[in-house]
Amino acid sequence: MTAAPTPTPSGAPGATEENATTQAGGTAGSGGAGKTAGSDERLVHRPLLQRLLGRPELGAVVGAVAVFVVFSVVAESFLRASSLSTVLYASSTLGIMAVPVALLMIGGEFDLSTGVMVTTSSLVSSMFSYQMTANVWVGVGVSLLVTLGIGLFNGYMLVRTKLPSFIITLGTFLMLTGLNLGLTKLISGTVSTKTISDMEGFASAKALFASELSIGPVGIQVTVVWWLGLVVLATWLLLRTKAGNWIFAVGGGQHTARAVGVPVARTKIGLYLGVALGAWISGQHLLFNYDVVQSGEGVGNELIYIAAAVIGGCLLTGGYGSAVGAAVGAFIFGMTSKGIVYAQWEPDWFKFFLGAMLLVAVLLNAYIRKRAEANR
Amino acid sequence: MAVALTSAALLAAGCSSSGGKGGEENSSGAGGGKGVNTPRMTIAMVSHSGEGDTFWDIVQSGAKDAARKDNVQFDYSHDDEAGRQAQLVQSAIDKKVDGLIVTLAKPDAMKGAVKKAVDAGIPVITINSGGEHSAGFGAISHIGQDEAIAGEAVGDELNKRDRKKALCVIHEQGNVSLEERCAGAKKTFDGEMSTLNVDGTNMPDVQSSVEAKLQSDSDIDTVLTLGAPFAATSAKAKEKAGSKAEIDTFDLNAQVVKGLKDGSFGFAVDQQPYLQGYEAVDALWLHSYNANELGGGKPVLTGPAVVTKKDVPRLEKYTKRGTR
Repeated sequence: MTAAPTPTPSGAPGATEENATTQAGGTAGSGGAGKTAGSDERLVHRPLLQRLLGRPELGAVVGAVAVFVVFSVVAESFLRASSLSTVLYASSTLGIMAVPVALLMIGGEFDLSTGVMVTTSSLVSSMFSYQMTANVWVGVGVSLLVTLGIGLFNGYMLVRTKLPSFIITLGTFLMLTGLNLGLTKLISGTVSTKTISDMEGFASAKALFASELSIGPVGIQVTVVWWLGLVVLATWLLLRTKAGNWIFAVGGGQHTARAVGVPVARTKIGLYLGVALGAWISGQHLLFNYDVVQSGEGVGNELIYIAAAVIGGCLLTGGYGSAVGAAVGAFIFGMTSKGIVYAQWEPDWFKFFLGAMLLVAVLLNAYIRKRAEANR
Repeated sequence: MAVALTSAALLAAGCSSSGGKGGEENSSGAGGGKGVNTPRMTIAMVSHSGEGDTFWDIVQSGAKDAARKDNVQFDYSHDDEAGRQAQLVQSAIDKKVDGLIVTLAKPDAMKGAVKKAVDAGIPVITINSGGEHSAGFGAISHIGQDEAIAGEAVGDELNKRDRKKALCVIHEQGNVSLEERCAGAKKTFDGEMSTLNVDGTNMPDVQSSVEAKLQSDSDIDTVLTLGAPFAATSAKAKEKAGSKAEIDTFDLNAQVVKGLKDGSFGFAVDQQPYLQGYEAVDALWLHSYNANELGGGKPVLTGPAVVTKKDVPRLEKYTKRGTR
């Protein structure tokens, strides 16, 4: 698409569309709105290093390296293979949610119901199997449908009411917290579920959601594989498909996106379904790893997922960010929270150290991004 | 509709021949028989519990069983934030209940509300924590476990088991009673004891943090958790970290009993939450019926009771139905 300055009758609508696209793209962070006629600046080949410097996750990667170096120096047990496996596990349980949450944030929306949605997903799975005395895979399938239903509800309410997603998902968050507790108690009689480890299908479901793969002498949790798989999928979706362009466009500005023909409602609902899918995977891990689910769990985790996405370079305003960044953000979080334990720092100060390290990582991230943008 | 159809289809596809509801034994609850014929009275309980805490669930079932026997209308409410808990007490006063059961986890914040209830002529019984403030606030009795004494009992038990280095896992940072448990255990324990703060609402975090701690210090031979759900998670962490540590815990649930039975846990300290709920309702009933006062101005202790493998056969069916 080259901008044609000659106002021919057929060229006029094309020119309007062009303007709209650059506008949407401009907020999406490509940064070169309306540069020149003639050659399109998006098609200019830039050197690899420069391209890398322009990526949203760059700051996070540098931050991750810094955190890694710090703990390698201060905690002697941090660098052991088994320790790294623990850190990866901690990161992956956050990362599985942080990746779809990042996509949602790039699309310009929030979801505050994610933390408890994970618990809902595992509760549904466990209680359905138990109460119906069904093969646990049936519960797993029902749980997928229910969790996607919650995602659909969030997305549909959002596009229909046009209220801020913050409010809508705050409502879902509170409702789910109550439902988790109320229904569990109504059905199981106590606030935690009954054990399903002696039921059919448990072993195979555990293998998929909560097993340990041994690579040489080290065991890697299967959640790490889920996590990396989601990162690859999300990155491909964002950078190589039309849907990815839509996500950036609706996050950059939904009115302009709609004006150029992006199906805004469908994109946003799709993003909420993605989050629900992540919640389902995490929820099944929770169930098959611990066998019994506590209904009060998950509150507060939604902020950690958002934090991981933001550390990874997502903007709170939408339109900018990456899946790899969110994964790195989760890794920084995992490294920091476990590194403090490995370093044997005073446990009463744990939260303070955690907050301070995260703040430093984000500051470093912002600083590098600014430098990278200045150099472009 | 589609969901119902699909799940019905899925259901037809697979049933489990083991476990599940089908494998459940019929459990019998208390209070099935006829109760007293004293006039109907209303008793409110206001606790500092957060959402979905197993422990408070058991307290409630004790209270409800007593309520059934004593012809009592039992209202339960809770809030883990002290200011809002005090408001709940206030609304119970406004409702003119005949008796009030309240916990004093944050005594200073509750002082005003409890005093108001006493001034309004409502008999108050405190349960669970805050025993030392109970009489001062004008309550009739306190029924609960002294956390420091319970901790000390754990320290003694660890000495008996010849433990050298223990880790105390605090699942809610800054919770006074959890800190008291660790401090009590530290006081009587002859070995070395360190603490670890974990995020109790995030099980994977609990697991990976305990794992990290065990990996960084392989001398730890005992992990002490302060709530039943965290014991099983710690057992998992121990296995992953390749540690030989013994897992001991405060409070009971079905998983802990199972673990005690198969030897994956050493012992559990039970403070008998059912008793706290049951006795509180019953004591208020007795106060109204017969002007009795329980405890003689001193806290009535419901724990600690150290539970080991040999107690399991006796307790198993009670934890399953959620009263122990």
